[in-house]
Amino acid sequence: MSMLRIFDVAGSAVSAQSQRLNVVASNLANADTVAGPDGNAYKARQVVFQTQLMGMAGVMGKSSDASAGVRVSTITENETPGRRVHDPKHPSADAEGYVTFSNVNPVEEMVNMISASRSYQNNIEVMNTARSLLLKTLQVGQ
Amino acid sequence: MISRLTDALDFHAQALSLRGERQRIIASNIANADTPGYQARDFDFATALRQATGHATGSAAGLAGDSIGNNIAGNVMNPGGASGRLQPTLRYAVPAQTNLDSNSVDMDRERAAFADNAVKYESTLRFINGSVRTMLDSMKSHTQG
Repeated sequence: MSMLRIFDVAGSAVSAQSQRLNVVASNLANADTVAGPDGNAYKARQVVFQTQLMGMAGVMGKSSDASAGVRVSTITENETPGRRVHDPKHPSADAEGYVTFSNVNPVEEMVNMISASRSYQNNIEVMNTARSLLLKTLQVGQ
Repeated sequence: MISRLTDALDFHAQALSLRGERQRIIASNIANADTPGYQARDFDFATALRQATGHATGSAAGLAGDSIGNNIAGNVMNPGGASGRLQPTLRYAVPAQTNLDSNSVDMDRERAAFADNAVKYESTLRFINGSVRTMLDSMKSHTQG
């Protein structure tokens, strides 16, 4: 029943996109975090997607099935230095009077969020369509 | 003897199965719309159906190729169909616009193909339902007439 695998594929994508949304939420929440005494501010995170073959192992170890789901392979940290602001009165200012903020770019994160939510919606729609088609298939001959 | 009754449904059954397969492949493309390096795939429905039905059936002749036709380039994948299941030849799509992460999923095309395939899946279901009903009616009329 090849149609049933659509739920695995779209489900994996939905879960990957929600993880991406989660990372975006962490980034946005920490957009204004300042560096602690160790001088290291929050670093923006980014998920990396990877194709995950979901078919049975077919001939010669090659997958005979075309189902390709998604998974989050790694979460990378943005290594660019954070924004430094001169504010000697700030409690977290360093010896030179600079405060280091996190390197989150709120505009990038918002765009990322919109993209993730659109992809999420697309996959939900795929699941709904597959569901209604399968339900109609169950009624064949009735 | 029973196969005589079900032979009429065979063509549509193959078509339905291929439609399901195509739906799944398009779902994979949509799922991987944001995966770096993923290459979108699809197959030519008309060719696959002709292969599946052994190009003997007359009804296959009027079939118009409805897949993404000229957008498809290579002819890779598929190490021979396993266990007698339908295994259409998958091809890779040529991206309309190149992407920096070499992902070739064109969301507009995939969504269009998905909607198109869903409608055609449903129409195949109706054909099957129609044939079944015709058969049942022809059996009934004898006893009731």
